[in-house]
Amino acid sequence: MYTQAMDTARSDDARKPVRSAEDLRMEERFEARIAEGEFIEPRDWMPDHYRKTLVRQISQHAHSEVVGMLPEGNWITRAPTLKRKAILLAKVQDEGGHGLYLYCAAETLGTSRDEMLEALHSGRAKYSSIFNYPTLTWADVGTIGWLVDGAAIMNQVPICRCSYGPYARAMIRICREESFHQRQGFESLLTMMKEGTDAQRAMVQDAVNRWWWPSIMMFGPPDDQSPNTAQSMRWGIKRISNDELRQKFVDAAVEQAKVLGVTPPDRDLKWNAERGHYDFGTIDWTEFWNVIAGHGPCNRERLAARVKAWDDGAWVRDAAMAHARKQSSQHQEAA
Amino acid sequence: MSESRQEWPLWEVFVRSKSGLDHKHCGSLHAPDAKMAIQMARDVYTRRQEGTSVWVVRSEHIVASDPGDKDMYFDPAEDKVYRHPTFYALPKAVDHM
Amino acid sequence: MAAVQGSIQVSAAPNVQYLLRIGDSALILAQRTCEWAGHAPVLEEDIALANMALDLLGQARALLTRAGQLEGSGYDEDQLAFLREARDYRNVTLVELPRGDFAMTQLRNVVMATFFKLLWQRLATSSDSELAAIAGKAVKEARYHQQHAADWVIRLAGGTDESRKRTECALAELWRYTAELFASDAVDNYAAEAQLGPRWGELREPWLHEMTQILDEAGLQPHADTPFLSTGKNGAHSEHMGLLLAEMQHLQRAYPGGVW
Repeated sequence: MYTQAMDTARSDDARKPVRSAEDLRMEERFEARIAEGEFIEPRDWMPDHYRKTLVRQISQHAHSEVVGMLPEGNWITRAPTLKRKAILLAKVQDEGGHGLYLYCAAETLGTSRDEMLEALHSGRAKYSSIFNYPTLTWADVGTIGWLVDGAAIMNQVPICRCSYGPYARAMIRICREESFHQRQGFESLLTMMKEGTDAQRAMVQDAVNRWWWPSIMMFGPPDDQSPNTAQSMRWGIKRISNDELRQKFVDAAVEQAKVLGVTPPDRDLKWNAERGHYDFGTIDWTEFWNVIAGHGPCNRERLAARVKAWDDGAWVRDAAMAHARKQSSQHQEAA
Repeated sequence: MSESRQEWPLWEVFVRSKSGLDHKHCGSLHAPDAKMAIQMARDVYTRRQEGTSVWVVRSEHIVASDPGDKDMYFDPAEDKVYRHPTFYALPKAVDHM
Repeated sequence: MAAVQGSIQVSAAPNVQYLLRIGDSALILAQRTCEWAGHAPVLEEDIALANMALDLLGQARALLTRAGQLEGSGYDEDQLAFLREARDYRNVTLVELPRGDFAMTQLRNVVMATFFKLLWQRLATSSDSELAAIAGKAVKEARYHQQHAADWVIRLAGGTDESRKRTECALAELWRYTAELFASDAVDNYAAEAQLGPRWGELREPWLHEMTQILDEAGLQPHADTPFLSTGKNGAHSEHMGLLLAEMQHLQRAYPGGVW
């Protein structure tokens, strides 16, 4: 899910032009290990670019989980039943947990949580563009579960076989916990569509109208605009291409939309018997790049909320450390 | 961010999910001290099932050996678990790196 | 169909009222605790606070369901949770206060968790077997909530000058609302006679004993009693309650007949 735009590496990450013979040999061994299906662990040799790519990808995945707590968290206090409140709270809590597992996985590569958060809060690091859209109604919550988590799962399952051990293990844990997220969203929408009132049905259709295209954009730019995909594939970081995942998603979502009885906002959706897939309309890539660049509906609010939580919490973190230091120096005196 | 601030240390978490089994490494977390680390480990890593026992260890206290193929060693003298920048306490004068 | 969902009326029977006092207190405390999701000082605490809120919500659901069964009109947990007028909620005022800063939150949590733990311990032998079963599970949860919150209060009180000041402020702010926890009345008398549960007043001594120990370790002291007595248990809430309920009840009110 959160791997979109990862492939567009910044120029300062470009590989160093001159590599020694030793480096080349190590890199060949490294790629051979991966080709054989071996896992790379924290203390193994790895190319600098592999390390940097992973730190960026894993940390941005983590940022996405944490920022993703906000649009849904928005509705916990307003959930319409106690059961839905509990489910949503558990889901948002899981997202926090996933962010935590991923930050910890990234730390094994030589960065720290504080450094990664600094990158997020300063605007340097990215997170998935989908969370820059607002949750305007309760139906948005179910729609996020259906479409956004659905897209995420498609992206995440292949990463469970990522070559980097800590990332793969975090992803396995995440995928196991993720199983109920999409189901509860879909089920919530199905209940409203099949058993609810006209007003509820209108609410659901409106939510789908707003979330359909942004969800499709979650898979990132088209393959022909993703220059580093080949290397990421060779290094076992990326397993399936953006376009392939996107098509898979659309095919599944269209069928699911039929079950729900909602109409996707795409007049060009049509089954193509020759390809064996759904043809779909043109994605507005301008919107995608604008949102990535910070001009989406909620970019500023999302980041501001995370920065506020962090800044407001500074005195708490400092107090805990101050107390711990006092305790440990007392122990040393007593010893 | 003031320079006197210190990040909460990193802890590795091991959980025994059922009596009779070994403790298994399940990940890490940040906590200010051991008591909090245990509680947070329970909240983060055992909230879906009853863990019968949780161990937490400061990541910097784990000594690792990972032979593998010795040609793959980055630095044979290194015995820390991760190449984490804050594992290595530097004098204040050079602590900005 | 009505454009807006109207309120339900609930029996004033003392057994129902006794259950609602506990259930509503758990519900409203859960509601306030939920507000932290995505805004806590560290991710680990987002998770810990959410765990506590989920536990409290589970307790509230069980209690409201039981209260609904005893009440006799056939109300379920959601009707009771979402469709009463503010004056018919029986939570103590303490839990409806805004969540405040982290010190306020943890101090309220330790006050309520200690209270709940002692209450659940007594309710384990309730003449109502459903209530006893709920208590058996809830007491373990309350024990953990108390430990976690107490640890925080101690760290914050003994941390930095700023954290100490905030903890002292929180204590000064919250303490007068604790008197309500131990003000026994006719509902308590009924519960004691029917062996449904203890008079809440009986919990004052053990609660104060445990709180004093915790505050002592934090280098703080309980405040003196004052004439102030909040009255949420009787339905006379603070001004915060109306706003809290407006947010909580909105969807149920705006979509009469809705199925979620």
